[in-house]
Amino acid sequence: MSTPPSDIDQLRARAFAPDWRLRAVWLGFAVYVLYAAGQLNFTWERFVVGIDRGATFLGRMFPPEFVRWQLLVEGLLESLQIAIIASAIGILLSLPIGLLAARNLMPSAVTVPARAVIALARSFHPIIVAIIFVKAIGFGPLAGICALIFASIGFVAKLFAEAIEEISLKQVEAIRATGATFMGVVIMGVLPQVLSRFIGFATYQLDSNLRNSTMVGIVGGGGIGGTLFSAFRRFDYDFVCAILIAIIAMIMVGELIATWLRKTFQ
Amino acid sequence: MAQKDLSVTEIATIPPTAPIWRRFSPLQRMARFAVYLAVVMALVWSVRNVQIIPEFLYDAHNQMADLFTRMWPPDLAYYPTTVHGALIETLHIATLGTILSILMAVPIGLMAARNIVPFRLVNEFAKLILIASRSVNSLVWALLFVAIFGPGALAGTIAIAFRSIGFVGKLFSEAVEEANSGPIEALIAAGASWPAVLIKGYWPQVQPAFWSIALFRWDINVRESAVLGLVGAGGIGLVLDTAMNFFQWTRVATVLLAIFAVVIMAEIVVTQIRKRLI
Amino acid sequence: MSVAEDHLARSASRAPGHAAAGGNVLSLRNLTKAYERGKPVLREISLDFPARGVVAIIGPSGTGKSTLIRCINRLVEPTSGAVLLGGTDLTKLRGARLRAARREIGMVFQEYNLVERLSVMENLLCGRLGYVSLWRVWTRRYPDEDIARAFELLERIGLADFAVRRADALSGGQRQRVGIARAVMQSPRLLLADEPTSSLDPRTSVEIMELMRDMAAERDIPVIINIHDVALARRFASRIVGMSGGSVVYDGAPEGLNDDHLTQIYGRRETGGWIE
Repeated sequence: MSTPPSDIDQLRARAFAPDWRLRAVWLGFAVYVLYAAGQLNFTWERFVVGIDRGATFLGRMFPPEFVRWQLLVEGLLESLQIAIIASAIGILLSLPIGLLAARNLMPSAVTVPARAVIALARSFHPIIVAIIFVKAIGFGPLAGICALIFASIGFVAKLFAEAIEEISLKQVEAIRATGATFMGVVIMGVLPQVLSRFIGFATYQLDSNLRNSTMVGIVGGGGIGGTLFSAFRRFDYDFVCAILIAIIAMIMVGELIATWLRKTFQ
Repeated sequence: MAQKDLSVTEIATIPPTAPIWRRFSPLQRMARFAVYLAVVMALVWSVRNVQIIPEFLYDAHNQMADLFTRMWPPDLAYYPTTVHGALIETLHIATLGTILSILMAVPIGLMAARNIVPFRLVNEFAKLILIASRSVNSLVWALLFVAIFGPGALAGTIAIAFRSIGFVGKLFSEAVEEANSGPIEALIAAGASWPAVLIKGYWPQVQPAFWSIALFRWDINVRESAVLGLVGAGGIGLVLDTAMNFFQWTRVATVLLAIFAVVIMAEIVVTQIRKRLI
Repeated sequence: MSVAEDHLARSASRAPGHAAAGGNVLSLRNLTKAYERGKPVLREISLDFPARGVVAIIGPSGTGKSTLIRCINRLVEPTSGAVLLGGTDLTKLRGARLRAARREIGMVFQEYNLVERLSVMENLLCGRLGYVSLWRVWTRRYPDEDIARAFELLERIGLADFAVRRADALSGGQRQRVGIARAVMQSPRLLLADEPTSSLDPRTSVEIMELMRDMAAERDIPVIINIHDVALARRFASRIVGMSGGSVVYDGAPEGLNDDHLTQIYGRRETGGWIE
């Protein structure tokens, strides 16, 4: 070709200027991954041994054992109760907390503590909250319910506050101009604007609480999780499999209901 | 009420069959009413049947207050000796688990995308994998992998990875399905092979969504990996569990503070990176 | 290498192929397409396209122009019939051989169809995707001559300073210039254009048509253009094919296209609007 080599290098550099910063970031990232994998003591050998054990493990899970179905149903029902009660209380509590955290309606003296509560509730995984409640108020579904109430506040109140912050203030002003009290303004001017979205958050949270209510039992918070954990401890893997199938089935049914609810309230 | 103010002529102009405006159709109203009823009934059933010892309930706030008094002041000296290492391990688990999940979720997500794989059966099969991954909680995945790989961070990392496949894969396949088909058509017309179309046609289009999904999931995984230790899958949960079993409440407080700090930090990091990327 | 040399070299290398095709670069034989059974959008189309010149396909929207042009490079799968490019029936090809045939047919789109988040340079090099190995594509190590040609073409379309700009930073007219250059990058033996000016204002439309005609003439590439604008078709085409209801109703020189033909193509009511 007629283009001399030095020119082509110039053109190439013009076309694809090497991004040294990007390359440095990628290199750093690759080094980190290798370092972290080393720190966690990942070795191929462990992996291979594990795969081998996994095969026998899977073999022992099948066929699932449904003989103790009464235990299974009991656990599932308790999980369901935990989820329903926690959702009801959690969503009710989220209303005032979300309102207090809305920066367009409240002074910062109120929003800052309300936001701190929300941040706290959001930062901890429900299981960690559950274990603290178990230690404080003892084993049983009460601890699970308290934990999931806390988790619900973190999610629903946050989204509720954000929804209120996005509303149109014109309607609020109009109602305030009629001389309505603060509660009047909230009920007539704010709630109608955010209610439909609030129902969306609530069904989402119900779904999420249902998932977590099957887990809080692992740390003693009641529900099917306890049954699952003890089955694991006793190496009762065929029963473990049955419990997992039951949990997944319940969660899927829950998801279907939540989707249907959202459609009904569109 | 408003009709009282209408004059006779005005009323005359309203056709007799004018529909009465209602917010919802009768069927919708029935459905809503049924839902309200069902919610109330479910709640009543739950409250009446749940096994709560009343004494526990009335005493709960005292017990909580008592626990928090015992936690104060946090044993900060415990942080450098034990908590710090476990916290870093937790971050490693979250990051490596996220990377591993992306490696597995991208092919499955592509299989689930109808514009990439035009076979309904394959799409549905991939979606089934994604749903299965999401339906099993990270703690259960951890229990499974502890049974397979033995206790430790390896089980935790793989648990996080398997748990995240569903989330990452679903959002990724949705992003791919939303990609504009025009440029894809142009590359096919230029005779590009299938992988070349993926690299030059789809990847530039889904890249922003991809990074956003990865960051979002990493943020969630930082939270999730803090619990894995409770079932022996490594990370800070293990330290928390030990401190609780020995009733060392001031140490528990330190661990909780550390988790809180790292979760907030992760959120800040994610927001910063996202701002720069997008 | 200058444009003229390029043109000479390539037309020399292509001579045997032309001979085999008997002067026609592309022949359609009884091409039929039905998206739904029994409702053909294209009815038994048979056309021959010579190895040079611009052919405009005109007709109202929904008459199958777009389907016809997409059947040629099989972006749309024809129901029956043959598409002969240099003697090979494209409808029989699969996999790598189909891709090899497609890269010989450049295509310009109505909505430009650039990869918006890639640079102009990378968009041009997308025209080489049918030739370059996957590894080179992945690492962006395109061959020297491709990069040199891409810069030449950028110069030619007047966007030399835009090489590293992202495609979504360009205006519609600029994007279509890049679209044409990308098609030419393929070193095609045929250029297809599907309503290339429909998204552009009248003045830019003329500029784009001029650019396409001139670039094709410089490289001796025949062009087939779908266009609903009769005035543009008359001005730029050496031959006009009028389509209506999935069939060809006029095929001949622009000068021969009279009001009766237009009425037949576009229907009576719209005639007044179409004839200036």
